[in-house]
Amino acid sequence: MPEMRIIRSYVDRANSETIESYIASGGYTALPKALRMDPLEVIEEVKKSGLRGRGGAGFPTGIKWSFIPRDSKKPVYLCCNADESEPGSFKDREIIERDPHQMLEGIIIACYAINAHKCYIYIRGEMPKGARILERAIREAYEKGFLGENILGSGFSLDVILFRGAGAYICGEETGLLESIEGKNGEPRPKPPFPAQVGLFGCPTIINNVETLACVPHIINRGADWFASIGTPKNTGTKIYGLSGCVNRPGLYELPLGIPLRELIYEYGEGTRFGRAIKAVSPGGSSSAVLTADELDIPMDFDSLAKAGSMLGTAGVTVIDESTCMVRVAQNLAHFYRDESCGQCVQCREGTWWLEKMLTRIEEGRGRMEYLDTILDACSQMKGTTICALADGCAMPVESIVRKFRHEFEEHIRLKRCPFESRYMGVWEED
Amino acid sequence: MAFSEDLKERIKKIMSKYETKQSALIPVLHEVQREYGWLSLDSMKEVAELLSIPPADVQNVATFYTMFFTKPVGKHIIWLCRTLPCALRGAQQVEHYISEKLGIKPGETTPDGKITFFEAECLASCGTAPVMLVDDELYENLTRKKIDELIEKLRAD
Ligand SMILES: Cc1cc2nc3c(=O)[nH]c(=O)nc-3n(C[C@H](O)[C@H](O)[C@H](O)COP(=O)(O)O)c2cc1C
Ligand code: SF4
Ligand code: FES
Repeated sequence: MPEMRIIRSYVDRANSETIESYIASGGYTALPKALRMDPLEVIEEVKKSGLRGRGGAGFPTGIKWSFIPRDSKKPVYLCCNADESEPGSFKDREIIERDPHQMLEGIIIACYAINAHKCYIYIRGEMPKGARILERAIREAYEKGFLGENILGSGFSLDVILFRGAGAYICGEETGLLESIEGKNGEPRPKPPFPAQVGLFGCPTIINNVETLACVPHIINRGADWFASIGTPKNTGTKIYGLSGCVNRPGLYELPLGIPLRELIYEYGEGTRFGRAIKAVSPGGSSSAVLTADELDIPMDFDSLAKAGSMLGTAGVTVIDESTCMVRVAQNLAHFYRDESCGQCVQCREGTWWLEKMLTRIEEGRGRMEYLDTILDACSQMKGTTICALADGCAMPVESIVRKFRHEFEEHIRLKRCPFESRYMGVWEED
Repeated sequence: MAFSEDLKERIKKIMSKYETKQSALIPVLHEVQREYGWLSLDSMKEVAELLSIPPADVQNVATFYTMFFTKPVGKHIIWLCRTLPCALRGAQQVEHYISEKLGIKPGETTPDGKITFFEAECLASCGTAPVMLVDDELYENLTRKKIDELIEKLRAD
């Protein structure tokens, strides 16, 4: 079965990142249409489409936009979250590099809807190529009159500024991102107040993911009903799934929300490398609870994965095969979160540090049985108790790995060594 | 060492885009690091002066973000991704290969000052793992041959 490409329609085309190519394929036709609508009508249309945020939390986009006060005396901001740093997620980078005007058109329409006249695109520092491409795309959009003063004679004006991060996963958290733009450490803010009330420079602000914004021109062009007819009733539209790890064909696949995980892995990913059995799958980026081989029939949408105790997150699916040591998997992830914790909350700062230490001891054959319950205790203390969800993002995968693969941890402790032969975690194609 | 007039001009231009002086800080640090390769204490003091913010704030921010260097680094930077999806496709083997080839561990710089080797967290390219970012270019689906050729090029530069 071919993919259902909407956002990815033109990514394989040569020069797809240029404005000429975008216009030739029907780009910038939603913008004049939106500018003829009332801003509230635009919000209504996005609400009706059922679009839910693609940045991880799945919050309904139209509803989020409607939180912006209509009579704000302060300026309103849009921040496009292009910080993509969730392990397993690599979908936004393709949009940025291969179809930047699609996201820009979405940005302009979103700004019109919420009455914002300035938008920051926050791109992670490790995407220099994406930054070059976006810089040029923004210039092209100004030259053609899609940005700047009085866009297409509508009276609506908008400036877009590209802001480069400098290496910090936490700046992808929406208020960490705001702090970073304000020239500070990317330390998330306690909520409430929510950014729609008090955001960037204390002004009402909406933060949206790249892929979320890229959906917007299609909704305006083809209508909310069309968008809502794709996927499932509460999980509408297509989703760009990222497939990585032990599969034959890793990559991006755009498919309706709700496609079974098994189909994604076996049909699109062409199964596992070396025909090995699947041991575990991280379905929604590294912060999601892992699933076992018995859970592959779960539909890949926000609600089904939440019901299964995990989450769709960024829909970055990482497949882990039978040859992989799950203690090393947990240790690798704990290292990531320890590295990336901003350190404001004790549970997170100490919890991530401590989890990595315990897991390392177990992996090196220095663990004790009591560690396992202590790890689970630590995980439960990290959930729902901190300023942002990074601590949960560490606790959820680690807890699920220890619960679902406890026997592997026990074997390490009993044998006082790692039972897996290889000194490495995975296989390099080279060897 | 004081900033050249040219650099000061560029900094002023950056500052003009932002609402507050402080919000120009990260873009300005990028610009200064591009000029000198790293951020010395003197550079950070000068940035603080230009932005009228306390020098401690500049240092605080410069040390928070991994891509800002407050110590000298090599002429070229290798950022090798270590995170799960890359590790499942051989990132640890790649790390050993590069370490052996350069004779340094992650976090170190070659004695000739040419190359600094760092571990990075997920570079948003897990579908083409293993990957690394070298200066401003991403290298995907790494093989020994690709690494050999690249390191030869970096050494010759
Ligand atoms: C630790 C952490 C990191 C995050 N990183 C990102 C990111 O890189 N990109 C992103 O779009 N959202 C990220 N998010 C989610 C954002 O906080 C926010 O929910 C999202 O950008 C909202 O956009 P959406 O409604 O369009 O999904 C992160 C959240 C957390 C807790
Ligand atoms: S949970 Fe962790 S990353 Fe988030 S604010 Fe607290 S310390 Fe920082
Ligand atoms: S884990 Fe290496 S690029 Fe994502």
